[in-house]
Amino acid sequence: MFVELNNLLNTAPDRAEQGKLTLLCDAKTDGSFLVHHFLSFYLKGVSLTMARERGQLVFLEGLKSAVDVVFQAQKEPHPLQFLREANAGNLKPLFEFVREALKPVDSGEARWTYPVLLVDDLSVLLSLGMGAVAVLDFIHYCRATVCWELKGNMVVLVHDSGDAEDEENDILLNGLSHQSHLILRAEGLATGFCRDVHGQLRILWRRPSQPAVHRDQSFTYQYKIQDKSVSFFAKGMSPAVL
Amino acid sequence: MAAVATCGSVAASTGSAVATASKSNVTSFQRRGPRASVTNDSGPRLVSIAGTRPSVRNGQLLVSTGLPALDQLLGGGLAVGTVLLIEEDKYNIYSPLLFKYFLAEGIVNGHTLLVASAKEDPANILQELPAPLLDDKCKKEFDEDVYNHKTPESNIKMKIAWRYQLLPKMEIGPVSSSRFGHYYDASKRMPQELIEASNWHGFFLPEKISSTLKVEPCSLTPGYTKLLQFIQNIIYEEGFDGSNPQKKQRNILRIGIQNLGSPLWGDDICCAENGGNSHSLTKFLYVLRGLLRTSLSACIITMPTHLIQNKAIIARVTTLSDVVVGLESFIGSERETNPLYKDYHGLIHIRQIPRLNNLICDESDVKDLAFKLKRKLFTIEVDFIS
Repeated sequence: MFVELNNLLNTAPDRAEQGKLTLLCDAKTDGSFLVHHFLSFYLKGVSLTMARERGQLVFLEGLKSAVDVVFQAQKEPHPLQFLREANAGNLKPLFEFVREALKPVDSGEARWTYPVLLVDDLSVLLSLGMGAVAVLDFIHYCRATVCWELKGNMVVLVHDSGDAEDEENDILLNGLSHQSHLILRAEGLATGFCRDVHGQLRILWRRPSQPAVHRDQSFTYQYKIQDKSVSFFAKGMSPAVL
Repeated sequence: MAAVATCGSVAASTGSAVATASKSNVTSFQRRGPRASVTNDSGPRLVSIAGTRPSVRNGQLLVSTGLPALDQLLGGGLAVGTVLLIEEDKYNIYSPLLFKYFLAEGIVNGHTLLVASAKEDPANILQELPAPLLDDKCKKEFDEDVYNHKTPESNIKMKIAWRYQLLPKMEIGPVSSSRFGHYYDASKRMPQELIEASNWHGFFLPEKISSTLKVEPCSLTPGYTKLLQFIQNIIYEEGFDGSNPQKKQRNILRIGIQNLGSPLWGDDICCAENGGNSHSLTKFLYVLRGLLRTSLSACIITMPTHLIQNKAIIARVTTLSDVVVGLESFIGSERETNPLYKDYHGLIHIRQIPRLNNLICDESDVKDLAFKLKRKLFTIEVDFIS
């Protein structure tokens, strides 16, 4: 997790809000560093391999599962069952998988605090034949279970296709923007590639319950990605320029 | 309990070591030290595969694209398990060259080839591969070139001309027999004995479409389905994914797919804006990448993206590929007669480079690159004009 980003978001692993949906969006750049931030934020310093072994991390690897589903007939419904179907169906098997994985374990001792669902990324589901409405339904069901029922958090990544006129993607992005509490939007610079400033990050809080003046706050920072961290600075205040 | 559902590429999403649950640990993207030592136990002997080298940035195993200039622009080479997508130039003159360089590099290194085409018989494609430049000959020619540098009609070598004052002096010619990346003479053919000594598989669509291969239910066009099954079959049969107990493969499979997406493959994305098969190509790319990630293979695909009517599909295809390089030739455009461009044949755009197991990638600072195909070689140079 990037400490600077935690400061900008005014949050920390031990006092993060619960029941929230965070939308990550990237336009003309790669937003995977944001996914990395949240993944390590919620795992709080535990390595991925260890988290997986302990059962703290359940990892559905889309690429590998897709190969299994397409080339071998499956006996029970597979989360990516829709890949075998001719017509775009729905993501119910995927939702069942998520619900099963996040079910609180009745072992007496409280192992983990609250569940987190991290999806990287939803735009790929559109490329695989799912309609935008089916994906929105999936997110809706996940929100009901993860955010409301289990008091957990959700973080999803959607690509913004910009001027590529991808209608389905725009529907998905707009729909999710309205449902999210926090939107992080990584954009490439309008002037093109720059070695010292890799892009711009827009942070938008949406708090429907607050009075109008505090409802939607938006900040913009520029960032540079380094080998193991990301540094943020105000627009035009890159250390390379000053 | 934290749960993660990932639909995109695993490797690109996190920077820390992720051990994927593949059957062998050969191809899971794990961060390796720069000096990948050869161990005696069940650990993979990655360093010893011919024609590969580890990346200095993230330890990924790299293969050469057949064009050392392009390797440099991609940060050292093409990572094993990834897809290189070439956006074809308008008249499909230069993209077949890049395709052939990739395959020729495979033959020279002793890699297994899988060539798929809907237009040409793969056997014919292999006959037309360029001949590799052997060391003594090319050193002599290089010396001649340096001498002839000032003359306008010089026999040029393959070189990258950087902005000299900014970058340290580099070796810009073929040196001693380097095992990674070779130079090829486009005017000569690959010797027949090299082709015959190589292990290659061909997929020629008109032949395969009539055969009775079992077709699994899937919404892909039949051509794509058959190709996927063919590739998966080869990977499994020859042990490139480590799952076949009989076969212990320690070689790279180079896959080349020509003109993917063109109507010859049965796809209509180049003909209609909202055809019935609009997800076929993207689904194919996704499953193909899944196959590549779990095997010791690298793939080059040429695609006529300038024909695709729906811009959204081009954006999706780009996201679903790892490395994307676009070729733009000057033929027929107004730049052909522009005196500033008279030395070049076109522009080459590095549109995308993947971030594998890393937060950043080796993007080149220079974005304006032009290429030219001289008598023998394909050169990429910095375009000082635009």
